Amino acid sequence: MSSARVLVGTRKGAFVLTSDGKRKKWDVSGPHFAGWEIYHVAASPADPDRLYASQSSGWFGQVIQRSNDGGKSWAPVGNKFTYDGVPGTHQWYDGTAHPWEFKRVWHLEPSLTDPDTVYAGVEDAALFRSSDGGQNWEELSGLRQHGSGPRWQPGAGGMCLHTIILDPVNPNRMYIAISAAGAFRTDDGGKSWLPINQGLKSQYIPDPNAEVGHCVHKIAMHPSRPDVLFMQKHWDVMRSDNAGDLWHEVSGNLPTDFGFVVDVHAHEPETVYVLPIKSDSEHYPPDGKLRVYRSRSGGNEWEALTKGLPQENCYVNVLRDAMAVDSLDTCGVYFGTTGGQVYASSDAGDSWEAIVRDLPAVLSVEVQTLS
Amino acid sequence: MIRVVLPHHLRTLAQVGGEVQLQVDGEATPRAVLDALEARYPMLRGTIRDQVTQQRRAFLRFFACQEDLSHEPVDVVLPRAVASGEEPLMIVGAIAGG
Repeated sequence: MSSARVLVGTRKGAFVLTSDGKRKKWDVSGPHFAGWEIYHVAASPADPDRLYASQSSGWFGQVIQRSNDGGKSWAPVGNKFTYDGVPGTHQWYDGTAHPWEFKRVWHLEPSLTDPDTVYAGVEDAALFRSSDGGQNWEELSGLRQHGSGPRWQPGAGGMCLHTIILDPVNPNRMYIAISAAGAFRTDDGGKSWLPINQGLKSQYIPDPNAEVGHCVHKIAMHPSRPDVLFMQKHWDVMRSDNAGDLWHEVSGNLPTDFGFVVDVHAHEPETVYVLPIKSDSEHYPPDGKLRVYRSRSGGNEWEALTKGLPQENCYVNVLRDAMAVDSLDTCGVYFGTTGGQVYASSDAGDSWEAIVRDLPAVLSVEVQTLS
Repeated sequence: MIRVVLPHHLRTLAQVGGEVQLQVDGEATPRAVLDALEARYPMLRGTIRDQVTQQRRAFLRFFACQEDLSHEPVDVVLPRAVASGEEPLMIVGAIAGG
């Protein structure tokens, strides 16, 4: 019988939630790594028992944890993230040149085929890869050494590489996104990178159509159509039908097109989910109503999903890595809030319930579909 | 043996309780003690001093014999009482944050 396992990273530890395929009763284990910030917990698609977690602290720096038994036990692995060569500089908030400095790992993306290979997106923005289960890390420095690198600058949350998408068809192609540099694609396994920001318009930067400088919050792809990408930008929900070569806006009738998360239904590539947030000045849902919006047409026409979600006095945020979908027969959708709730829908968003609440602020949510 | 007191989170990470006791060959300096600590507990690498620069992390302090040794050179000889194990070297996390 199929089941689901939800991996939750929070400001004060990690939690693992498990349920059978009905997804009505959930067991909660944790906190793992109590008191540490867990930016991301990710599972290998090639071995469901292999998990990786990014554990960090303002006091003690970065630790990477690995589990070989589905999260029952963990062990620290390598945490040495050294930029390749002379790191150089990027732009600082005041426009001055600032040296690249490693701060933390925001996102871990295990290989689609090899449990020992995993990618790490870090702050200050760079992409690292381990091929030995996280023991050793090497930078794919072609990204950071792209000619635009000295012009990249941090968003308010730091200059983080937060999205890594591996193309399931073309193993040499992957996508990454950086706040606030934009999106990039490699077609040669990470040696060289192309900015893919054409069509993005960001009114908050000097040239709204610039090659780089866009604050991309998240990108999602359906594995059956790897050339179709959906993006939640700082403002604007965007879509590309040609692997990021050109984007067009699909915000349509959303109440606000600011937000952080975006994801795609596991079985319907044109069904997309976002969670609108009022504005970059007020990081909470419009009108105090927590609403997921679903488009069944690949964008532009959106419906509010509210059943089971608080519709008054709700002022939480949902951060960029805090939405996920499972691939059970009726697609499950999950998201976590800065108020410590994890909401789940076992009917593709029609209805929701909190499967755990009162956790520390949720930073990330991933889900595994287990057979 | 040199005694080292770790902050709570590093005791958890290293899976040790109370003090750590270390054999340090040669003169007992902060660098030598940290080298011995990281050799015995590799999971602590990078958590007390930066892996690349070897600089002490900003929110950690080294105390011993009621003195703050944090700003001493890393090759300064630690007090005799620390070298003899009479007093511990305390690695202390800043009382800050939420």
